Amino acid sequence: MEQAPPDPERQLQPAPLEPLGSPDAGLGAAVGKETEGAGEESSGVDTMTHNNFWLKKIEISVSEAEKRTGRNAMNMQETYTAYLIETRSIEHTDGQSVLTDSLWRRYSEFELLRSYLLVYYPHIVVPPLPEKRAEFVWHKLSADNMDPDFVERRRIGLENFLLRIASHPLLCRDKIFYLFLTQEGNWKETVNETGFQLKADSRLKALNATFRVKNPDKRFTDLKHYSDELQSVISHLLRVRARVADRLYGVYKVHGNYGRVFSEWSAIEKEMGDGLQSAGHHMDVYASSIDDILEDEEHYADQLKEYLFYAEALRAVCRKHELMQYDLEMAAQDLASKKQQCEELATGTVRTFSLKGMTTKLFGQETPEQREARIKVLEEQINEGEQQLKSKNLEGREFVKNAWADIERFKEQKNRDLKEALISYAVMQISMCKKGIQVWTNAKECFSKM
Amino acid sequence: MEGERRASQARSSGLPAGGADGESPGGGAPFPGSSGSSALLQTEVLDLDEDEDDLEVFSKDASLMDMNSFSPVMPTSPLSMINQIKFEDEPDLKDLFITVDEPESHVTTIETFITYRIITKTSRGEFDSSEFEVRRRYQDFLWLKGKLEEAHPTLIIPPLPEKFIVKGMVERFNDDFIETRRKALHKFLNRIADHPTLTFNEDFKIFLTAQAWELSSHKKQGPGLLSRMGQTVRAVASSMRGVKNRPEEFMEMNNFIELFSQKINLIDKISQRIYKEEREYFDEMKEYGPIHILWSASEEDLVDTLKDVASCIDRCCKATEKRMSGLSEALLPVVHEYVLYSEMLMGVMKRRDQIQAELDSKVEALTYKKADTDLLPEEIGKLEDKVECANNALKADWERWKQNMQNDIKLAFTDMAEENIHYYEQCLATWESFLTSQTNLHLEEASEDKP
Repeated sequence: MEQAPPDPERQLQPAPLEPLGSPDAGLGAAVGKETEGAGEESSGVDTMTHNNFWLKKIEISVSEAEKRTGRNAMNMQETYTAYLIETRSIEHTDGQSVLTDSLWRRYSEFELLRSYLLVYYPHIVVPPLPEKRAEFVWHKLSADNMDPDFVERRRIGLENFLLRIASHPLLCRDKIFYLFLTQEGNWKETVNETGFQLKADSRLKALNATFRVKNPDKRFTDLKHYSDELQSVISHLLRVRARVADRLYGVYKVHGNYGRVFSEWSAIEKEMGDGLQSAGHHMDVYASSIDDILEDEEHYADQLKEYLFYAEALRAVCRKHELMQYDLEMAAQDLASKKQQCEELATGTVRTFSLKGMTTKLFGQETPEQREARIKVLEEQINEGEQQLKSKNLEGREFVKNAWADIERFKEQKNRDLKEALISYAVMQISMCKKGIQVWTNAKECFSKM
Repeated sequence: MEGERRASQARSSGLPAGGADGESPGGGAPFPGSSGSSALLQTEVLDLDEDEDDLEVFSKDASLMDMNSFSPVMPTSPLSMINQIKFEDEPDLKDLFITVDEPESHVTTIETFITYRIITKTSRGEFDSSEFEVRRRYQDFLWLKGKLEEAHPTLIIPPLPEKFIVKGMVERFNDDFIETRRKALHKFLNRIADHPTLTFNEDFKIFLTAQAWELSSHKKQGPGLLSRMGQTVRAVASSMRGVKNRPEEFMEMNNFIELFSQKINLIDKISQRIYKEEREYFDEMKEYGPIHILWSASEEDLVDTLKDVASCIDRCCKATEKRMSGLSEALLPVVHEYVLYSEMLMGVMKRRDQIQAELDSKVEALTYKKADTDLLPEEIGKLEDKVECANNALKADWERWKQNMQNDIKLAFTDMAEENIHYYEQCLATWESFLTSQTNLHLEEASEDKP
């Protein structure tokens, strides 16, 4: 009853890996080790590299984006973007990579993959997709999905998504993921054939429903609060960043007007003319430098956005725990009430309300044989119930254990990534300052020669 | 309410002795009247690097001048105000120092108005004393300008700040407006003081020294308002004729003025807009840093990094504020003054044309025998002299004005560039030290992990 599969249906066995590269004893051994240790996260450098065997052995890239037109489900013409996914296997000896697979996918197929992963790996913090529509835009970026800058950033985001899955110790071995990378046609049908939509607990989607859980694991309650805070603070930060970017754009661009006016003015000045003209040129350089600066910052914003969306993935895991706990408590409650009923029937006292009790009162006492029969049914149900409760308890504990392991992994990843992002932000600021010093030093020289 | 005192020697002697004495080379330095020392002073001043502290300029000045009532290191603001003037025209004969400060609001039953304190220090003989303190209101400045224009119609009189700025004025006298105006009025008086001709104007002297009632009575002596208005109407009509016969060099001058006016107005608009954009950027940045602090509250492992980022952003924010104030002090007033100057110049051209028109109409009358022609030749002679004087005055002043304009513009933009360089250098240092601290931390952690 493990939540963590090595489920032969969903997980890849060593065999399908062979076509990707030369049969590697080391690889096989690595896989074997993982199947044993599935679900357990042992910290330590060695296990991590073993778990990243996909990353070691193959390269995944979303290398191109293409506008396409086609007919949709309602036979209407639509335009969409398709992304080229290339998989390369790295030859062990010389480090060369060989293209093994290449296919085109559109955004909706990525969404399908993720939905599938959410159902079958509910205890895993599943990597999020890049945003479907541009949010937190500042005035320069259009919210148009066809805008080339947006498409480019989405391409990078989708590549990142696949790399995250490929570097996850469990998700990377999923068969559907493997087929996503290798089987162009029929992949959608294959996914749907797994019947994952049916398995999906619709309650997970009902975001507004609250489940009164008496004994949730405190760590998950805390985690839910954390994910709410993370989402709120990153949203706020992205909003303000967009506004700051907008203002900065204004400052730089207005300086460009100096260029034009200086040039016109230089025409009537004898001594000052040259200085004015060349200073004006530097003002133009200054004004146009902001475009690249803000484009870089957009990538930083994307890094933050990924963790904004990760907050949702965290909440999904918490929710699953909540539901399991709820089901467990309901089952326990149900069992307790059945036991009580049984006891009452046996002793003859009626403390609990039951339909049978009511009908007895209305239509007369039942016969001892009828009562015996009922007790027998109840005893069977109680037995069943106890079995179910035991297995639910086990499920729950396994879930908590495995989920928490993945959450620890996620936390470490998050701390690394966010720190790196903040440092990259500093690097961007430094570059911007250096450019500014350069331009204004040049301008100052021109002014002083006027 | 407009009080003024004649400052006495005793007042200035209360100043710290360290100032003048410390700076002077010892002994009586020659008075700037002698050409030798003035030449020396001139080269010293002109050789100075633009970036040097202005205080040094004037302490060098003071060291070579025998100014017993004047110390470069005064505790009160007037002197520091003087020091804000970069070397303008004719620094060799500076014997008149003026400051405008202490705006005060006065409320009467009819109106509310602001007066400014004007302190004058001088060594000139024609002044009864060496220090004066008076209070003047904007109307008085207008009067002075009118008198100067009357007396010297083809000289380039410095511009006054506008009467009021309609756009964006919530109340008539908010602090920023008063401060901007005060600075502009200060500039106005000092430009007059530096002008080789205007500085000796009698009305100017009265403006600087007369008590309130003295000034009022003096004002009433001039030609009445009505007669002045009548003159204006005639002037417009006749200036058209003057344009037709304008000599070549003045045509060129006029073309320059027109184009210059266009460009300087655009630059004024652009500069104001930059200030506005920088202000809005600053306002948004103020919010940006604190969010990182907020975030650090929920991230155990990233607390230090986030807090450091927040403090970097805050420091850059402060640097932006400084850049803004630099812009508003160094660039905006200068550009705006030249916007007003360009209007002034057009007025000067008109007056020149008008004077010429007077002559031309008399010549025309003589040629076509329109009126009584007996007295005309004599009148024409006088007018010819008048025109020649006016043209020469304008030509000379034009060269001087152009030179000043070039210096002022060059300085203002160089300062702006310097402000920007300084801003980026500060931000660079901030972020670089953040990076260093992060890499140091990383190295520390790595070495800790090693068994």
